[in-house]
Amino acid sequence: MTAVARPPGGAVPGPVRSSRRGRLNLTRVERRNLRTGLLFISPWLVGFLAFNLYPAIASLYYSFTNFKILQEPRWVGPDNYTALINDPLFWKSLGNTLYLTIIGVPLAVVVALGIALLLNRKGIRGIGIFRTIFYLPVVIPGVAAAILWIFLLSPINGLVNQSLRVAGIAGPGWFYDPAWAKNGIILMTIWAAGDVVIIYLGALQGVSRALYEAAEVDGAGAWVKLRHVTIPMISPAILFNLVTGAIAAFQSFTQAFVISAGVGRGNDGSIGGVQNSLLFYGLNLYNNGFRYFQMGYASALAWILLIIILIATLVLLRASRNRVYYESAQ
Amino acid sequence: MSAIAAPRAGAPRSQRRLWSSRLSRVAPMVLLIVLAVVYLTPFVWMISTSLKTIAQSIASPPVLIPDPIVFKPFTDALTKMNYPLAFRNTLIYAVPAVIGTVVSCSLVAYGFALVQWRGRNAMFLIVLATMMLPSQVTLIPLYVIYAKLGWINTYLPLLVPTFLGSPFFIFLLRQFFMGMPKELIDAARLDGASELRILATIVAPLSAPALITVGILTFIDKWNDFYGPLIYLQKPELQPLSLAVQVFQTQHGTDWPLLMAASILVAAPLVALYFVAQRKFIEGITLTGLKG
Repeated sequence: MTAVARPPGGAVPGPVRSSRRGRLNLTRVERRNLRTGLLFISPWLVGFLAFNLYPAIASLYYSFTNFKILQEPRWVGPDNYTALINDPLFWKSLGNTLYLTIIGVPLAVVVALGIALLLNRKGIRGIGIFRTIFYLPVVIPGVAAAILWIFLLSPINGLVNQSLRVAGIAGPGWFYDPAWAKNGIILMTIWAAGDVVIIYLGALQGVSRALYEAAEVDGAGAWVKLRHVTIPMISPAILFNLVTGAIAAFQSFTQAFVISAGVGRGNDGSIGGVQNSLLFYGLNLYNNGFRYFQMGYASALAWILLIIILIATLVLLRASRNRVYYESAQ
Repeated sequence: MSAIAAPRAGAPRSQRRLWSSRLSRVAPMVLLIVLAVVYLTPFVWMISTSLKTIAQSIASPPVLIPDPIVFKPFTDALTKMNYPLAFRNTLIYAVPAVIGTVVSCSLVAYGFALVQWRGRNAMFLIVLATMMLPSQVTLIPLYVIYAKLGWINTYLPLLVPTFLGSPFFIFLLRQFFMGMPKELIDAARLDGASELRILATIVAPLSAPALITVGILTFIDKWNDFYGPLIYLQKPELQPLSLAVQVFQTQHGTDWPLLMAASILVAAPLVALYFVAQRKFIEGITLTGLKG
């Protein structure tokens, strides 16, 4: 590689001919490398142009048209976007998704951190077995997990409510009760947060012993060490889990689809759970695109989703700017 | 625990401290065991239910050990949801996808990591940017294209993109390739080896662990994929396990032993893979975390 890189000053060592510049002001070696590089990345380049760039632009165009797949798209200006603002189902799905993002994601992130902290203690025996157990729910296919939880949370015969009854608590209707359906999904999310636990464990193992020893010398107890050493040191992992959790919540589909198909569909075959309590953003988009074939409207929903995800990511990153510690930046 | 109690025996004050230190050691372990039991219970219940009669599956109070143990739910699930066909369909989808992803991502990652060319870094930023693009944004135009090509109800919409690289795995392999011994690669170049040959004979064997991780993660991803088959594979005889079991569920509403058996049959191959290659799974997830 070093033979190829141009040293500062511009003089190119090696064969004299390679210093002759062609088009784009490149030497022969540079031209050959450019060709080789582009050749190697060409699968991605084709994929990017054909499966990312073109479709993204096309969906932006569709979002300003009335498009029902069988007919050619017809330009309608911003009609889809105004229709969207006046569509109660859009707001319903946005509200449901925000509930999942604001309550479910932080809850899962905190529980996973708790498990990771317990696992990271010195001298815990059988850590491998525990790690296996906590990660196992992640391995289960989403459809199978959803079917399992419909059963576990069924209002009368489900294991959860039967156990609550033993404790003298009348369990809620879960997926059959609009007020509780989303909490059922949150429960599933917490159960399947094993990958978050593993990411925390990786981060926790990177925290230097010396920092804890220094804190102990200053007389810090367990809580102070957690609050002022552990959490600041693993804050990048916490931020990562929050951001990816929020993005996943906005794109979540399979669980809610399977569950709402299980508890009954709408008259038109649309999905969204009892009183649309499980109509998340992705489900609403699917209903519009692939149930009603409102491709223009669904494209507008997709672009609003992109904008929401970008804003949410920026807000999270900005809010955490002073709270996240990056070792290399110091 | 006795090892902890050994020193400092005798003095009454240290006796109390000893107890509190014992408690602070035992309590987290107890909490961990309780949590582990809670996390395992759904699995235990799934297996137990799959061996019960329908009546016993909804008995109150719940019965943990099936009596009698019946295997009918499994034999029924195997035939009624045409498990062998759905299993074959899943492999038809997942295996070529693994090959496509590993091959295309290694090529692209090599181009970004080990060939020096102008504009490389700018181009790589585009790769990273596409990771932010939600799949829903491209979904509808892609559906339109595939419909025009006559690809609906074929595996092509699911497979062709896997041969064109996946941003995250390109990123992952590029990181790995950048750690390759440069002297070795330069020596091979001086000997006149082509870049493709260097990738195949030096870089790929040295990065086998990373390539296997990419392969396993892709396999899980495709095995579990629900959205793609839901949209592109409407014909029942084409449906992979993930979709077949969901259709099955809508047909057999509350036959819980049957549904639990079907779910176990869908999950079991992945769980088996997990137990065989556990380290790879964990590595993969840790690598995912590193991108943050």
